[in-house]
Amino acid sequence: MPNKNTLPNKERMKIARTRMPELAPDVRNKSFEEVNLGLCAEAAKTESTRCIACSRPGCVQKCPVGVKIREVVDLVYAGDFLGAAAKLREDNSLPAITGRVCPQENQCEGGCLLGKKGESVAIGNLERFVADYERLSGQLGLPVNAPSTGKSVAIVGSGPAGLSAAGDLIQKGHRVRVFEALHEIGGVLLYGIPEFRLPKEIVRGEVENLRKMGVEFETNVVVGKSVTIDELMRDEHYDAVFVATGAGLPIFLGVPGEHLNGVYSSNEFLTRVNLMRAYKFPEYDEPVYDCRDKDVIVVGGGNTAMDAVRTAKRLGAKTATLVYRRSAQEMPARAEEVKHAREEGVQFRMLTNPLEFLGDEKGWLTGARCISMELGEPDASGRRSPVAIPGSEHVLPANMAIIGVGTTANPLIQSTTPDLATTPRRYIQADPESLRTSKRGVFAGGDIVTGSATVILAMGAGRKAAASIHEYLTTGEWETKAATKA
Amino acid sequence: MYKILEARSVGFKIKQFVIQAPRIARKQQAGQFIILRLHDRGERIPLTIKSSDPEAGTVTIAAQAIGKTTSLLNCLEAGDYIKDIVGPLGHPSEIKKFGTVAIIAGSVGTAMALPTANALRKAGNHVIFIEGARNTEMVVFEDEVRAASNETYIMTDDGSYGEKGLVTKKLNDLVAEGRKIDFVLAVGPVPMMRAVAQVTTPLGIKTMVSLNSIMVDGTGMCGGCRVLIGKNAMFACVDGPEFDASLVNFELLMQRNAMYRDKEAESLKLFEENKEKELAQIRAQFPKQEAQRA
Ligand SMILES: Cc1cc2nc3c(=O)[nH]c(=O)nc-3n(C[C@H](O)[C@H](O)[C@H](O)COP(=O)(O)OP(=O)(O)OC[C@H]3O[C@@H](n4cnc5c(N)ncnc54)[C@H](O)[C@@H]3O)c2cc1C
Ligand SMILES: Cc1cc2nc3c(=O)[nH]c(=O)nc-3n(C[C@H](O)[C@H](O)[C@H](O)COP(=O)(O)OP(=O)(O)OC[C@H]3O[C@@H](n4cnc5c(N)ncnc54)[C@H](O)[C@@H]3O)c2cc1C
Ligand code: SF4
Ligand code: SF4
Ligand code: FES
Repeated sequence: MPNKNTLPNKERMKIARTRMPELAPDVRNKSFEEVNLGLCAEAAKTESTRCIACSRPGCVQKCPVGVKIREVVDLVYAGDFLGAAAKLREDNSLPAITGRVCPQENQCEGGCLLGKKGESVAIGNLERFVADYERLSGQLGLPVNAPSTGKSVAIVGSGPAGLSAAGDLIQKGHRVRVFEALHEIGGVLLYGIPEFRLPKEIVRGEVENLRKMGVEFETNVVVGKSVTIDELMRDEHYDAVFVATGAGLPIFLGVPGEHLNGVYSSNEFLTRVNLMRAYKFPEYDEPVYDCRDKDVIVVGGGNTAMDAVRTAKRLGAKTATLVYRRSAQEMPARAEEVKHAREEGVQFRMLTNPLEFLGDEKGWLTGARCISMELGEPDASGRRSPVAIPGSEHVLPANMAIIGVGTTANPLIQSTTPDLATTPRRYIQADPESLRTSKRGVFAGGDIVTGSATVILAMGAGRKAAASIHEYLTTGEWETKAATKA
Repeated sequence: MYKILEARSVGFKIKQFVIQAPRIARKQQAGQFIILRLHDRGERIPLTIKSSDPEAGTVTIAAQAIGKTTSLLNCLEAGDYIKDIVGPLGHPSEIKKFGTVAIIAGSVGTAMALPTANALRKAGNHVIFIEGARNTEMVVFEDEVRAASNETYIMTDDGSYGEKGLVTKKLNDLVAEGRKIDFVLAVGPVPMMRAVAQVTTPLGIKTMVSLNSIMVDGTGMCGGCRVLIGKNAMFACVDGPEFDASLVNFELLMQRNAMYRDKEAESLKLFEENKEKELAQIRAQFPKQEAQRA
């Protein structure tokens, strides 16, 4: 087996991008099984052949954590899948997850030179393959922890930011304990992103690895309620705290009728279905609105809305319609999810905005009065902002409506930690480099600092925080460049 | 896993549990609640913390069996375990010297009101406790109610115990006698709380009610527990559970609480048919040795 790719570039570029096998649309839209089935070793190697090994690879530049993609791809080509996995893990502690959920088209694959003319290398699929191979091989080389430093770190929140910080800090020899408000570890990876996109078994596997490395987990602790940051530091003697609580507060539209029965936030709907397994009711106790043969609308255009609408379809909705006030091009959801949703029979109603929810005399939702929109001038985000078309009001029938227009910071920690500076929108202020907050020994990162972003950015923040916390614990110095109180 | 140290029936379908939960016991204040999940297929339900003992690391709750989860809970005994308990959640009750306060509670609401009644009495208030029940059998925690109050009235619908009539009758009587009431807390079924609000709002008596909306996480993350307070949507789990009665939209609360009625009935029926099996299943998950929780 050759372990250096010697095929001329021209030949490489003739090879078509490998397609990942997936469940057929009319099978998967009734099931919570994972849609994508993964590449086989042969397909992964073929795909790796396509990479032309750029000297200044755009893919790496566009990956938020700078995964050494070229080296990883080379190792795949050479058939050294475990080596590829180890290389991946140098920069990315959750590759089986990011391989599945990164918006690759805007990141690594968006920077891939091949994408300029044809189709980019399927970097996400390769990442996923390598990580899955490692997991299934059972040969995960758990790193050896440094000798104990005698210091301990409390991590608040068990999403990607918290988990990746925990992994790095335990390796540096610190004692690490993760506190999570819910009864299971994983944050949005668990309660938000559905099983059919990210099997929970994968998240649990990552958590199990961390446990084996010595990370302690304590579920059912709402920091700010069960214990405060100050108490963790003073009474439980943590030398540093990393706040990674995400941006979990649902935003509603604030339109009339939003409290009718059948109107949900995407957080509630997805939590009931994913975390609480309401899709298995009555085997599981948690109920969710029975949308079989009903009309369901989902408001929004991001991953959350896409997950909600595809979930409703799987629960048997007669129609599952995405209602979005901008046009399809502006939808922030991953391209693959939009494609999958269409194939599964999800309907898209673009340039439409709900004005009011309508109900029957018993308080159950019957429809949404909407208005059509057109695109005007670009707004602050650079996207063209939607403007209502006068006289275009119309009613969409709906028995269930899910609001997936975004989330914001949960103020629980901020309001119980008086010396923690926040932004006007109640996110925690942290120095972008050191992730230090205004409070000595307290660091923050992930969605609670940036607002809702991505798994890979949260993971990157977790790793950055770990490095910064390690520096603080080693030197004892709290730099003056830390964020100041607003 | 959280160990049940004591379990005893305290009245019609109501059972009281003392549970090992040191973190919660250290922080609990009157008016706060926990959310529990009994087993790994279970739902999350909120229950008020009736009292806590920080030294012993225990909390006491009382649950009325009405649906699947509370019925299953009430089959558990001392030595059994509860899979998950999180808390203390919600804002504590406002405790200060109001003067004369009336605590009005019905059935299991009595357990929910007791910690606040105790705290208000400790704060120097004259506490009038009006407990309502359908009949003698449904009167619960009478001794504790008497101990928590300076004046105690028990009202039964059929007059089989205490006085005959609704709690609002007693409240109206007291007002008619010219008693000055500075503050009211009402905890119980929604129609009862609404009836109390209808009496006290026109009189301008500050009244709080503890809202039992349907909850999932209890941390402000899902918005399922939203209630309308005046024109504002609030989350009962983090903004409440107590709200100013004069502003509460009780009709909306009742409407939203009816959301899962069919599913709840289905779940309860299945449970009643398979009670022993289900109990055995969850007991099989209990730790063999003592709980190792900090
Ligand atoms: C439905 C959905 C789909 C998404 N899809 C994608 C996708 O395809 N690709 C992508 O890159 N990104 C996606 N995202 C965004 C991504 O999941 C988030 O950006 C990321 O999870 C943020 O990570 P985090 O660690 O900052 O916080 P989170 O994952 O939000 O985790 C925070 C954790 O902290 C816990 N917590 C909060 N407050 C407290 C407290 N006071 N005490 C203790 N614990 C607390 C929470 O319960 C939670 O478990 C999606 C988000 C959602 C909601
Ligand atoms: C803050 C708060 C404190 C409470 N304290 C107590 C208490 O100390 N003792 C007590 O016996 N009960 C208390 N309750 C009510 C208790 O939570 C419900 O009785 C319980 O959830 C019913 O569950 P079930 O499965 O047995 O019944 P189900 O058949 O599921 O439901 C019966 C009714 O209970 C309500 N309910 C159902 N699920 C939930 C849920 N997840 N969250 C809230 N309400 C729900 C609904 O109105 C429903 O119609 C409290 C409720 C709240 C919100
Ligand atoms: S982490 Fe995400 S952006 Fe980076 S290489 Fe992997 S899939 Fe691409
Ligand atoms: S940009 Fe594309 S072709 Fe170039 S190294 Fe990266 S993956 Fe390979
Ligand atoms: S229970 Fe989810 S926000 Fe209150």
